[in-house]
Order: sequence, then C-alpha cells, then structure tokens
Amino acid sequence: MTQRWLQQILAYPRLMIALCLVLIVSSGLGIGNLYFRGDYRIFFSADNPQLLAFEQMQQQFNKSDNILIAIAPDSQQVFSAETLRLVRQLTEAAWQTPYSIRVDSLSNYQHTEAIADDLWVADLVAEELELSSAELNKIAEVALNEPALRQRLVSADGRVTAINITLQLPEQNLQQEVKEVWQAVALMLDRHKAQYPDTDFHVSGVVAMNYAFAYEAENDVKTLIPIMFAAILLMLAWLLRSLLASLATLVIIVVTVISTLGLAGWAGLFLSTATVNVPTILMTLAVADSVHLIASMQFALRRGDSRLQAIQYSLKRNVMPVFITSATTAIGFLTLNFSEVPILRDLGNMTAVGVMLACLFSLVMLPAILLLLPVSAGSSKAAGAAGAYGADRTMLWLANSVIHWQRPLFWGMTLLIIGCSALISLNTINDEAVKYFSPDTEFRQANDFLEQNLTGATTIDFVLAGNGASAVNQPAFLAAVAGFTQWLQSQPEVQHVNSITDTFRRLNKSMHQDDPAYYRLPDNPEQAAQYLLMYEMSLPFGLDLNNQLNLDKSATRLAVSLQNLGSKQLTAFESRALTYLAEHASSYSASAASTALMFAHIGERNMASMLQTLPLALLLISLLLVFSLRSWRLGLLSLIPNITPALVAFGLWGLLSGEINLALSVVAGMSLGIIVDDTVHFLSKYRAARQEGQATEQAIRYAFTTVGRALWITTVVLVTGFAVLMLSGFRLNSDMGMLTALVILVALLIDFLFLPACLLKFDAKEYKTDATP
Amino acid sequence: MPHLNTTRFAGLMLVAGLLLALPALADTEKGLQIATEQKKRDSGWGDSESKILMILRDASGNESVRRMRTQALEVVDDGDKSLTIFDEPRDVRGSAFLTHSHPTAEDDQWLYLPAINRVRRIASRNKSGPFMASEFAYEDMTSFELAKYQFRYLRDDVLNGVSCYVIERIPADKFSGYSKTVAWVDQAHYRVQQIEFYDKKQSLLKTLQASNYQLFLDKYWRPMLLQMQNHQTGKRTDLKVEELQFNVGRSAADFDVNVLERLR
Repeated sequence: MTQRWLQQILAYPRLMIALCLVLIVSSGLGIGNLYFRGDYRIFFSADNPQLLAFEQMQQQFNKSDNILIAIAPDSQQVFSAETLRLVRQLTEAAWQTPYSIRVDSLSNYQHTEAIADDLWVADLVAEELELSSAELNKIAEVALNEPALRQRLVSADGRVTAINITLQLPEQNLQQEVKEVWQAVALMLDRHKAQYPDTDFHVSGVVAMNYAFAYEAENDVKTLIPIMFAAILLMLAWLLRSLLASLATLVIIVVTVISTLGLAGWAGLFLSTATVNVPTILMTLAVADSVHLIASMQFALRRGDSRLQAIQYSLKRNVMPVFITSATTAIGFLTLNFSEVPILRDLGNMTAVGVMLACLFSLVMLPAILLLLPVSAGSSKAAGAAGAYGADRTMLWLANSVIHWQRPLFWGMTLLIIGCSALISLNTINDEAVKYFSPDTEFRQANDFLEQNLTGATTIDFVLAGNGASAVNQPAFLAAVAGFTQWLQSQPEVQHVNSITDTFRRLNKSMHQDDPAYYRLPDNPEQAAQYLLMYEMSLPFGLDLNNQLNLDKSATRLAVSLQNLGSKQLTAFESRALTYLAEHASSYSASAASTALMFAHIGERNMASMLQTLPLALLLISLLLVFSLRSWRLGLLSLIPNITPALVAFGLWGLLSGEINLALSVVAGMSLGIIVDDTVHFLSKYRAARQEGQATEQAIRYAFTTVGRALWITTVVLVTGFAVLMLSGFRLNSDMGMLTALVILVALLIDFLFLPACLLKFDAKEYKTDATP
Repeated sequence: MPHLNTTRFAGLMLVAGLLLALPALADTEKGLQIATEQKKRDSGWGDSESKILMILRDASGNESVRRMRTQALEVVDDGDKSLTIFDEPRDVRGSAFLTHSHPTAEDDQWLYLPAINRVRRIASRNKSGPFMASEFAYEDMTSFELAKYQFRYLRDDVLNGVSCYVIERIPADKFSGYSKTVAWVDQAHYRVQQIEFYDKKQSLLKTLQASNYQLFLDKYWRPMLLQMQNHQTGKRTDLKVEELQFNVGRSAADFDVNVLERLR
C-alpha cells in the first residue's frame, strides 16, 4: 500500500510537483484575504463575561478608549506661563485628533466659581488669561485641591500634567483607525516638541496600547522572520553540506508557510500579535522533516545507491516517523483550541494545519524535487553531522555511560525531576497587558513614567445603579456613592477616584457664594437635580457629564486609577470592592469592568481550561504511541519522558521568572506534541532491537547509535527556532519561545539520561521475539 | 517692449483670476440670497407658545424623556427672546431658562432654580454644549440670524422627493462647536429639511431631520418633529412639538429677568 503510492510519486515527479503547485497557488491566493488586527479585543472571545460587562458599560456611558499624553517640563513646574500655554495649545490641537469626542486637560477643566450672584463656569486656564504670577498661583491652588484633577491630570507635586483624549472609534477598520489616531497624535507632538524643546511627552492610553500591540507584531515580522531565515540557512548548510539540498528544503519551508497563511486567509482568520509568529514556528517544525529525508537519502547515496534507490530508501525509512511526529505535533497545537483566547486558538489551528502541510510536501513534493535535482551526497564530513543513521562513536560512548551509571542516573534524575516539579509552586498566573511589552518598548516606558509620576495606568470602572430614572439625585444614593468613594480612596492600591459626588459638593459650594461650609452633598433630590441642570447647561461641547452619568441619570460611573497591579491583586481588589458594595450599598446594583480587569481574568480562565485539556491531549498522544510502538508497556513508559519535561521546565521557570501569562499556559500542551517525537524515535528503535531478541542494554545502545544524533540535531534546530522568538519585544511571544525551547531541551536530556535508566529498570524482561514483523 | 508684455500678462492673470473666483463669489451671493429669503419668510410671526417633548436615546436604545413649555418673542433688529419652563424630569420641574439672543454679541442667559429660589446667569460660551443632555446644542435651538454665518450655495438636491437648495453655513462665532453646517432648504417654501453638522475636526457629527411641517397664520411653516442623530456616539434625540400657538399676547415684559423669580 505505502509502497505503491511511493512508486507513483517517484514515477511522475513532474506531475507531483505540478499537483502540489496547484494546491499551493490555490491556497496561497487566500493570503489576499488576510488582514491584521492589533487591538486588545483579539484576546477575548465574543462571549467573555468581562468583555460583555465592559461593552455594556461603554454603551451606557461614553467610551473609555483614550490617548493619555503626559507633559513633563524640565523645569519640573507645570504651573508656569510657558507650560500652561503649551497645555492650552495642545488641548486645542487635540480636538483635531481623528475620532476624538472629548479632550480633558488642566486648561479646559470646567472650573466653577461664584462671582457676585452668578455661577461662573469656565476653562481653568482660559484663553484671555495673561498668566501672571497671581493667576498662576490661583490656577495651581484650584488644580491641586480639585479631586477631579489631582493625581489624574496633574501630579500632586505639580511636576507633571496630562491631557486625556477620549475617542470613539467607529470600528469599521479598527487597525486603520488606531494607526490614524496614533499618527495624528505623533504629528501633533512633533510640532510642539520643536516649539518646546525643554518638555518631555509620554503617550499612553488604550489606543496607544492597541497601537503598540500592532507595532510590536510588525516589528516581529520585520526582525524575527529574517533572523529565522538566516538561522535556518546556517543550520541547513551545517546539516546537509549541499547547496541544492538546502535549496530544496527552503522550497518546502516557503511553500508550507505560503499555503498555511493562504488557507488561514480563506478561513477568514487574521494576523495578530500571536499568529504573526506562525511562519517562524512552522519554519522550525518543517525543517526537521526535510532534514531527516535528505540525510537518509545522502546516506544511501554515499553507500553507492542510485538517486532513485536512495530516495526510495529514504522514504521507506521515514514515511512512518515523519507522519507520526507530524500528527503528534499537530495534536499538541490543536489543544490550543481549548484556550479562552481566540488568537491562541488561531495560532494552534494554523500551526497544526501547517505542520500537516509540511508533512505532505516533505513526503510528496520533496522526493519529486530531489529526483530532478542533482543533489550531492554531501561531504564525508557531513556524514559526521547528518549521518544520524550510521554507527556513531559519541553516541555509543553516551549509551555506555548511561548504562554504566544507570542507578545513580535513575535516582539522581528522579530526585532532580521531583525537586524541579516542586518549584512549580513558585509560579503565579499574572496577566497585565502593560507587562506584555518589554521594558525597552516605548509604550512600556511611557506607562512606567506615568505610574511613577502621575497615576497608574491600571483602571477599573465601577457602575452603581439606583432605582429608576434620576436615582443619582437621591441623597441616600449619593451618600452611598460618597461612602464608596471614600472607601476606595482609603485603599492602598488606589491612586485616584473620579466620582460625581465631588462634582455635587463643588456645585453646592459654588451655588452658595463659594462658602466652604457648603462643600457637601445636596440636601434633597430637587437641589441635586437642579445643580446638575445648571452645571450641564454651562458645559461646552464635549465636556458633558455623560462619562459619569447615564442618560436617565439612574446610574453613575466611578473611574478608579490604581497602581499597576498583578492580575491576582487586581481581581482581589475587585472582589473586595464588590463585597464592600454588597454590604454597604446592597439596595443598588453594582458592576465593575475595564480592560485591565479583562486581562486579569483571562489568564486564570485560560489556565483552567488548558489544565483541563492537558490530560486529554496526553491520553490521545499516548494512545498514538501505544499504537505506533505496538506495546502497552512502552506506551505507558513513554508517559515519563512526555510529562516530565514540562514539569521540570515550569519548575525552572518558577526560578527564572515565576510569572505565567496566557501564552505560557498553552506551552505545556503545545510542546507535548513536539517532544513526543523524540520518544517515538528512541522507543521505536529500541523496540525493534528488542524484538530482534537483543537485551535491554544492547537495544539502548542500538537506539542511541541509530537516532541519538538525529534527536540531538532536531533538538538544536527546534531550540534555535523557538529561541529566535525570545528576541520579540512582546513578552507573550518571547516568554513562550523561551519556555518552549526550555521544554524541548529538557526533553532531550530526559530522553538521553532518564528514559534509558527507566527502561533498564522496568523493561528488563525478555521480549517474545518476532511478535510482529 | 517687455514693459507692455508684463502689463498685458498681469491683466490676463487678473481676468483669469476673476473668472476663476467668479463662481465662488456667485455661490456666496446665492447662498446669502437664499438665507435672506429664508429669514424673510419667517419674519413677522410675533410671539408664540409651545409644548415640547424630548425623547433621548443612547446607543443601546435606552430612553429618557424631557418635557418643557416654551414662550418665544420675535425681536426686530435683534435676536429673539425665549423662556423655557421645565416640567419633566420631575426633580427639575419649575426650573426656567431665559434667553435673550443676539445676532453677533454673546447671548444673555439666565436659569431660575426653584430648589434654592435663585436666578443664576449662565456664561454663554456654552452655546456648543448640549441642551438638557440631549443631542441638541444650544446653538441648534436659538433663532436663525443671518449675521451668525457665512453662507455658500453648494448645489441643488432632491431630498425625500423635495427639491432643495443645499447651503453651507460657516459659523462666525469662535465658540461655536461646529466647523460648518450644511442645510437642505426646500425650494418651494424655504423650509429647512435637513442639516448636517460638522465638528471642529471637520468630521460629520450629527444630522438633523425636520419633518411634519405645519402652516401657521397661513404663512409660517413650523416642523412638528425634529430628529437629531449623533453619528459618532450613536445617540439620538427626537424633539416633538406637541402644541404650538401664535399670537398669545406676550410682550417684552414677559421676558424680563425679574419675571423668572415670579414664575412657578
């Protein structure tokens, strides 16, 4: 059966290539459908409860998509004529930002003042002000004592101020819109930088984060893919020592990537910060298939076989292993489908399809190409590097050493594995969108600056809803909101609370000739409603209260800024706050939402779902091994080298970093499919030898000498490939690359040092010879 | 004779420039002409009284209702005067808003609050701000004065089967919230059918649709339904005129600030 289709391929190489080309071109055309998405929503499925709560909140109140520009004059004094003039100019210019619906700054803050018998509502830094020192002092006094400004738009020490631009993106082409906003802001700042060289600007906010997601992904494409290509070329040159053979491998890699991306395009998928690295991962995985096939062929050629014979020999030896290893790798990646994060599901599916395509092209197209190209046997030196299939002295030495030291190795490795596994408890789940960016990135630096100098970028919005329309004017409701505001302000994590109760107090005072005794909540609903009416009637375009009050004034939104917290602390804070509300404001309904909260929850949800799927993946893959090894005992034993690498690597990760983000929680499943390959190769050789009647020790020597070097080589290729991801400025990618590389490396060590010791201990019984041919 | 040549060239340029500028000039003139006619046809109505219902809707369709009564007085050679008394929401009932609008100077505005029994003047730079948290800004509701805009005729258009002039209006006041508005004025009666409002960054902000026009005093067309759709936030406000009467006997004395405190 296998033989027949192999013959077909080799009989009609041109036809095979043509058929493959048809497949490649027709799927490749789908690339035109691919588009890029960089917004934070790609991390959340449409039914994510935190996303739903967030969107519901945004429907009722203004959107909270924003750009926050921090302004830090070298003079460290915001309340100078020069800086305030800059703030005024920049505020005015900020209204020109595409999709902006609101601009808040020190200068256009609507300051209320009782002048004679009238309520005066006007810009704090009004246009006609000369900004004399008396005026500057007054502005500073108002700003630093105003709860709505202090620690939000101006630092308590008066060194840094900020402008907040609220945006309403139409979300027709989000990527384009985000880019438009970013470019407009950058251009605006460039103009002002020239005018104010002694002032630093730092840009943060949700839209800046969306832009950073896209920018870092673009950066990955620009830097990682070329590096990956260079790395692959180097490795191929080292492994195959033949230009044409390397070229053939490159062809397979390139067509695999093209058709995978094309199929993704046809399937309606998009590229994102996660899937943008599918080409890099695929290149890594596809290289192994080709290398095995070509190395076997070169071995046969050196033996004196004809080209056709050599290829036939190579196919016969490799069809099964290549297929099985591809299938297990695909299964590993398919486990990502159980992730809570849509783009990780996409990553899994694209890679799984790509791996199977690589398998197909390696088995069908590569032999045809090799038949047509005058590929050399490689130099005899290459036989050392790639000649994984001849006897190998180093490997023999290794095998003998392992057999000699089997008892200390067994107990030593057991202890080491248990010890490392214990370190897993050092890890905590943590997803902070800000920390996804490496400290070198501009976005991260702007955020760190803001956190140190103004206010944390982490926010939670709380909505408190009363009973029926105009509920916010009820004294009891306002008292509850004020109580909650006070509670929030007394929490150590909280840096700023924007609450409508502060506005009510200020209005009450201003309505009574600025008498400080009236800085309190209104006495009755009519007063409250009419102050609000008065105030709302006095506010200019874009500065209305809709970001704090909903349409029928039945609910109010409190915006809370927190110091940057880990996801555990953030969700703990959320539940603490909701518990407070349940105890002290039980007659009102309360909810909390924000992007930070969405990320804080996704990590844990993702980890939980991935942990549930791991046993399933393990079972599937182990069954596949039992089937291909045709032995229950070996299948069971294979669990050891399949499970332990992830345990050890996660333990080591606890020492190295200790933070598990959502990309890391999928590494165990993903890498399982890859490391299983080593076990398959090693155990199938071992079993073949045992079946021929050899003793355990001899069978181990045979396995080492036949596949030892091949395992070593593929491990080097894989570790290099995933290590390239470590260069990403985006921690989801760099951490994933690093941990996967670690798992693969540990897997090889365990296969070489622990698996043989286990076999010697648990599989010493003699085999019934020739159970299967 | 280089001198002559230059002169001739300059002359040629002048003519060319004039020819190029002429259509623009003509459009400006035609725009002003249409606006003038529109204003003329709406002159002489004297005074009126109306009952208004406002229905506010947010992006997800939640509704909130405002009710008010408005008295208005036409003032020749100055802006009109109006007095609005709020009935709903109930907690602002009895609040009254008095406006003396002026074609070029800032409007005078006062608000009477029954809860504290006080009248407060309101700074009129807020003209760009929303009226009662609706999608209507003050400036959308004040009287139409020629001096407030620069007009330009754009084109003829048929809107909902009605032949219209399309006129661009650029606000003269820097405190306006708009960079421009574009109005569809029907050719038969010079009634505003639709207005598009563009914000300061030149993006379409909202569209007003005026409909259910009724004829009063055999001369004055008034829309009984105004629908304002905000394209950026997805919010909308419907303003329904439930009752409208002319010649109700109001005089300037009824619009004096001192009247406010005697209301109820």
